[in-house]
Amino acid sequence: MGTAKYLLGKLGQLFITLVLVLSLAFLLFRVWQPGDPVATWAKASGAKLNAEQLDQIRHEWGLDVPLPRQYVSYMGQMLTFNFGTSTILNPQESVSSMFWSRMAKSAILIVTSTFAAIAIGVLLGIYGGWKRQGKVDQASMGSSMVLYAMPEFVLGMIFILIFAATLHLFPVSLYESPIPKTGVAHWTDVINHMALPWLTLTLAYVGEFYLVMRSSLLDVLGEEYIALARAKGVREKYVLRKHAVPNALLPTITLVALSFGFILSGVITVELVFSYPGVGKLSVDALRQRDFAVLQATFVISVIAVLLANFIADLTYAYLDPRVRRA
Amino acid sequence: MKTEPAITAPEIQAPVLPPNKLTPRQLRWARRRRTLGRFWQQFRQSKMGMIGLAILIFYAGVAIFSIFASKGALDPTITTNGPRLAGPSLHYPLGTQIDGISVLSLTIEGARISLFVGLSAALISMLLGTLIGMWAGYKSSVHDAILMRITDVFLVLPWLALAIVLAAMFGQNFWIIIIIIGLTSWAGTARLVRAQVLSVKERTYIERSRALGASDAHVVIKHITPNLMPIIFANTILTIAIAILSESQLSFLGLGDPNAKSWGTLIEEAFNHGALTLHAWWWLMAPSISIVLVVLGFTMVGFAMDEIVNPRIRER
Amino acid sequence: MSVLNVEDLRVTYTTKGGDVPAVRGVSFSIDRGEVLGLAGESGCGKSTIAGAILRLHSPGTRIEGKLELEGEDVLSLKPGRLRAVRWTGASIVFQGALHALNPVQKIGDQIQEAIQVHGMATEKEAAVRAGALLEQVGLPPRRKNDYPHELSGGQKQRVMIAMALACSPTLVIADEPTTALDVMVQAQVLQLLRSLQHDLGLAMLFITHDLSVLVDVSDRLAIMYAGKIVEEGKANEVFHAPQHPYTAALAAAFPEIGDTRFRHKPAGLGGDPPDPQLIPSGCPFHPRCARAIDACRTVVPELWDAGADRRAACVHVAGAPSLDSVMS
Repeated sequence: MGTAKYLLGKLGQLFITLVLVLSLAFLLFRVWQPGDPVATWAKASGAKLNAEQLDQIRHEWGLDVPLPRQYVSYMGQMLTFNFGTSTILNPQESVSSMFWSRMAKSAILIVTSTFAAIAIGVLLGIYGGWKRQGKVDQASMGSSMVLYAMPEFVLGMIFILIFAATLHLFPVSLYESPIPKTGVAHWTDVINHMALPWLTLTLAYVGEFYLVMRSSLLDVLGEEYIALARAKGVREKYVLRKHAVPNALLPTITLVALSFGFILSGVITVELVFSYPGVGKLSVDALRQRDFAVLQATFVISVIAVLLANFIADLTYAYLDPRVRRA
Repeated sequence: MKTEPAITAPEIQAPVLPPNKLTPRQLRWARRRRTLGRFWQQFRQSKMGMIGLAILIFYAGVAIFSIFASKGALDPTITTNGPRLAGPSLHYPLGTQIDGISVLSLTIEGARISLFVGLSAALISMLLGTLIGMWAGYKSSVHDAILMRITDVFLVLPWLALAIVLAAMFGQNFWIIIIIIGLTSWAGTARLVRAQVLSVKERTYIERSRALGASDAHVVIKHITPNLMPIIFANTILTIAIAILSESQLSFLGLGDPNAKSWGTLIEEAFNHGALTLHAWWWLMAPSISIVLVVLGFTMVGFAMDEIVNPRIRER
Repeated sequence: MSVLNVEDLRVTYTTKGGDVPAVRGVSFSIDRGEVLGLAGESGCGKSTIAGAILRLHSPGTRIEGKLELEGEDVLSLKPGRLRAVRWTGASIVFQGALHALNPVQKIGDQIQEAIQVHGMATEKEAAVRAGALLEQVGLPPRRKNDYPHELSGGQKQRVMIAMALACSPTLVIADEPTTALDVMVQAQVLQLLRSLQHDLGLAMLFITHDLSVLVDVSDRLAIMYAGKIVEEGKANEVFHAPQHPYTAALAAAFPEIGDTRFRHKPAGLGGDPPDPQLIPSGCPFHPRCARAIDACRTVVPELWDAGADRRAACVHVAGAPSLDSVMS
């Protein structure tokens, strides 16, 4: 079965990439990290510990063992999401627990906006590629390029200025109102708060997807099998639907997958602008305080997220392209 | 019985060239000048490219101007007794920020910093990417496989997550930022270069060159690189755009060099001083619009170049 | 009754660099069951004619003249009628089956599409017919579930032929159907085309630059140069006794094994075909012609009588008007 072979191959690649990335993380967070994590943590938590007790903790954290052995246990820890204890931000708390509550909030935001950006970008791109050189097409191309050129946090701030600060249509920040509501009111409140960050993220990337899909469709429309379909008497609508679009989607998927890394990077700044309590904001706070334990977690988790997203893209590609299914 | 053909084909004459007064080197440069001339002719026809170029020339002018104007009236480090957080006026065309400093002078200063960081980082990214891409494409499959795995890692990585860590560890120095951006953005160029090298490698004149005993270095320098130059150049322009955006993101997170305030740093200051809630939109918008315009400029020029260098047969 | 009747066809592409007259007044006709070979170098306009017959060119292209398919004026057909006529009146076998098949669709489906679009059968019936068509071109019917990348070049070309026959057209236009194939496969595909044409009584317009191929396949031959026909007549006669210098050069460029003329050196033709926007004055061939005289620079030749059932556009042929009368 060609598909199984293809997917196993991609899974294997994913694993190798993961190992390489975690090795990089090991270098960054164990080998090169400035300062002594134990001492930093002790100072931040306000505990008065003598040298012996500090050594004890160092032993518990596995930091007094030779590097090669540390490497192995490090890998194990990362793969089981055991990120240790926060050294500065929340010295009492394990990083993992800090994390999961915020993950869900970031996840909703990222997943919904990415889907929306892809859906809108692809649909508009098909339309733009099919009906080239209309006024609508030129306007779309222009605005797409402007959106692409705009840093997402700038876009976010513009929205805040217009919709929140001036028009007072949406709240300026956060995930929910300071006074918590219950039931349906809670959810509408959340949606209300998520609206602007969601809009920011969606618009920030829709331009790029539009341009890619349009370009891809234009390339496909020059292929011979399109002329053949027309020669057979197929209506334009179906030429587009059955011949052009399925082929044009393929390079689009590849390029969209490449932008997942950028989307995750963008989320960090957007969450900062809106003070949205997600993983992005957490990493900024950790950055400010130099809490490397938390930074390590955000690094590893974001990489895993992108790898997963890429794998899903590979699955979709295999579904659409018989050449990888039946090699 | 076959009949004789009605006519025989005319003899093909060998062309007689005029006596050559130019050396091979002069010929080569003449040819390069002609190619550039042709390229420029095509570029001129692209409306998008020309607009982008105009924007870039304008901002290049601003940046150069800022080198000379940093002393004197436009020196942003001198606190004035002017109004704080005042809107645009005759005296302060772009308004003032919280310390009373003219936003216009800050923006002009920022042009120099942002452009320099963007260009330098893109240069590093381009060099790294080209070297790795060429090595992977030209050498054996083992080198290729290893290098491509590493490239994939950097391609997939959310660059800001890595950049944050590196900046947290190694400091917020101006040069460190440049290196960090260069180190995290070379993968796209590497992939592109490798693909190009792979396709050029198969061409017959390479085979011929090697049959004549050319060394690897000779083949790479004389044959492969010239083929790649146009595409690498177009790609570098687009890389500069991305580098400027990346720098603005890093600065917005507070990782910019406090002694060299780029546009991103300006926006960060504005944001952290509550410019949003205080409706001091001019403080935010001047650097923001500048970033957008410059990135647009590079993107438009890059796309226009890409169309010339990578012509695709398209319908209608 | 002629299946295809072309009179003074002119096709001009409109580009940013100006108008490009690819076809400058071409006339010919094909009867039922007849094979007309159309030969010429790249850029002479022959593929343009193929596209014009079914109006496949982009909207910016100007097509003028008379183009009648089975008596119907193709150029004035309304879109609905045009779509109905496409493939049922005339179908095309494209060259380079490399990219002429949709890579993500099964070949059976692509053949079926032609049938179903014209409402000629239900889905089930169409599937059966697709299998039968594949068999007709020498492929096992079960291959209709394969994708194009699973077929070799020759097999893909056979699929193109099967597809072209799907709606039982009266005319099949073969546009360089064997150019992209290697020689052995070329021979097989040509043999297939010949037998199908004979068995089904198809009219065929066979377009290629390879003259030697055309001689075996065609009944009549038309040679094109710079957007016009320069010689036409019975295939065998045109090839072995060419009247136009260009035809002679073209024929001499494809030596046959055993032909003593070519034993010592193959004959070639120097120079390149003219750029359609820079066609030489007078006879467009005169810069490359070994028999050119002064008059050739000014006189624009027409297809004059050059023998029994033969016409050629050259001042040297028998039916050319005397030079004095033309040059005054």
